[in-house]
Amino acid sequence: MEQVVANGLYLGAQYALIALGLTLIFALMNVLNFAHGQMYVLGGFVTYVIYGQLRLPFVVALFASAITLAVLGGLIERFLFRTVIKRSVREEGTMLLAAGIAYFLDAVILLLFGEKQRGVPKIVNGVLRAGDIIMPYDRIVVGGLAVFFIVVFILMMQYTKTGRAMRALAQDRIAAQLMGVPVEFYSFLGFALGAMLAGLVGGLLVTITGVNSGIGGPISLKAFLMVMIGGAGVVGGAIAGGFILGMLESVGLTVLHAYGDITYLVIFAALLIFLAIRPNGLMGKPWG
Amino acid sequence: MFRPLRLAGLAVFLLAVFLAVPLAIKAAGRTDFYYTLSSVALLAIASSGVWLMFYIGRINIGQGAFALMGGYVSAILVTSAGVSFWLSLPLAGLFCTAVSILVGLPILRLRGVYFAMVTLVLTEVARLLALALPITNGAKGITSIPAPGAIGAFGLTLVPAFDTFAERNIAFYYLSTIMMTLCFAALYRLVHSRIGRIFVAMQQNEELASSMGINVPAMRIIAYAISSFLGGVAGAIFIAIAQSIYPSSFTVNDSINFMLNCFVGGLGYVFGPMLGTLVLYFGWDLLFAIGQYQLLIYSGVMVLLMLVLPNGLLSIRFHSWRWSWHKT
Repeated sequence: MEQVVANGLYLGAQYALIALGLTLIFALMNVLNFAHGQMYVLGGFVTYVIYGQLRLPFVVALFASAITLAVLGGLIERFLFRTVIKRSVREEGTMLLAAGIAYFLDAVILLLFGEKQRGVPKIVNGVLRAGDIIMPYDRIVVGGLAVFFIVVFILMMQYTKTGRAMRALAQDRIAAQLMGVPVEFYSFLGFALGAMLAGLVGGLLVTITGVNSGIGGPISLKAFLMVMIGGAGVVGGAIAGGFILGMLESVGLTVLHAYGDITYLVIFAALLIFLAIRPNGLMGKPWG
Repeated sequence: MFRPLRLAGLAVFLLAVFLAVPLAIKAAGRTDFYYTLSSVALLAIASSGVWLMFYIGRINIGQGAFALMGGYVSAILVTSAGVSFWLSLPLAGLFCTAVSILVGLPILRLRGVYFAMVTLVLTEVARLLALALPITNGAKGITSIPAPGAIGAFGLTLVPAFDTFAERNIAFYYLSTIMMTLCFAALYRLVHSRIGRIFVAMQQNEELASSMGINVPAMRIIAYAISSFLGGVAGAIFIAIAQSIYPSSFTVNDSINFMLNCFVGGLGYVFGPMLGTLVLYFGWDLLFAIGQYQLLIYSGVMVLLMLVLPNGLLSIRFHSWRWSWHKT
């Protein structure tokens, strides 16, 4: 049982980081970023190339993943989303754009890196044995790093000027603009930050699960799940959703193992019932 | 009311679909187009359901679930229960309607992105259910589904069995296009009726609509039920053409494509989903020649299209005089 909880916590930390990026973009721009999973995959491949193939230190690779995705996210916001949001009559228009970008990134990733499953050497060798828990050290390091990034992110949102501006933007875009917050700049920054988080997790997880070009869509789906559980557009909700899904997955795989591959079916069914009771998730703001 | 322009447009459409296209295909000898165009017609029907949900202000990315469900219901009825295909078609639609009402009661309370995400999850649920349930035969799916038989009444054969056609797909072409025409005619009528006005009111502001005495929850369910019915019927015919169904016959990607068809055609126009489906499906097919760059160019064009025409293809000509929606 302890083992299941430990696995759940480790998974949850990764998931929470993915959900944070998605929810940040959603909160700031009201955009559902379909391409989030693809951004994660791209981050994974950048780390794969730099750490796995060029044999540079893992930290360098992680930085490279984060920066690549931040730049990419910034460019996407500046040149695509901003234009479409301005021109579109209905705000759902951004969804076609986001889906288009997801397909585009899928195609780019497939062309650049092929369809093979790629892995990298372990960052730390060895396995921790404490009581009943068996946990490889690299998982602990990756989990710890994920928690560290989450804490840094929360501190940034709470105590820096940038964070305050973004929170103001999430609460009420027009009011923030009237108070003199440069909303366009912070939308740009927020999108870059959200994409960067996706890239970071991609870089972290490639060391454990490896990466292949096809997992972008499923990752996006999981990110949506977490955001729905926790509530869209709320930092706390994303973290809660991430840990809850990680734990459910970990418990489900153990308990429901005997009944075949139905963990996700059960999670989905539970989610539908949960959403019927709390339509906005655990702590989401009303009407998304 | 007599509107000569509308009637002329309708006549041109009918002549093109039922006369010009078959003749052109015959002349060119490209009978494979029958299959392609039937697919377009069926996907357009499913997309029109999604479009209707857009019309009440909901983003439905779950149409794949109902297409899959309709397909399975029809396939199981035809293969296991020996029901005629023609009877299984409305049954598939009604089954989807019933399920959509059950599922819709809780999830239609969600709005905006929440509804979009939950419907996306629904597609995945349908796939997992098809894998897990014993009746759907798991990943192996249901194969060699017989072609639709004849319909007769009082000794007269109204529709001959599809197997008697030299080219089976001609029969499916007519079936699909007739269904598409009926579907869009009904949709056009619906949108221009009192209910259509109510839907627009709901799209703009549900609270306001409800303060005018509109039973908003009931209307939402009606729209969702119609949408799912269309998805189920389209899926059932699609499966009859393919003669086989697997859990992966309609996936999340299809659900997203249904939504994209509506966007590309234009959310403000009843015939938007039809045009969008045609353009996207043929665009994808044409790009097949390019090989590995197919997806790259396809998605690139899609992004460009969104930048240049964010309100859909049909907005090119009409947007000067059609009323436009306010941002909500």
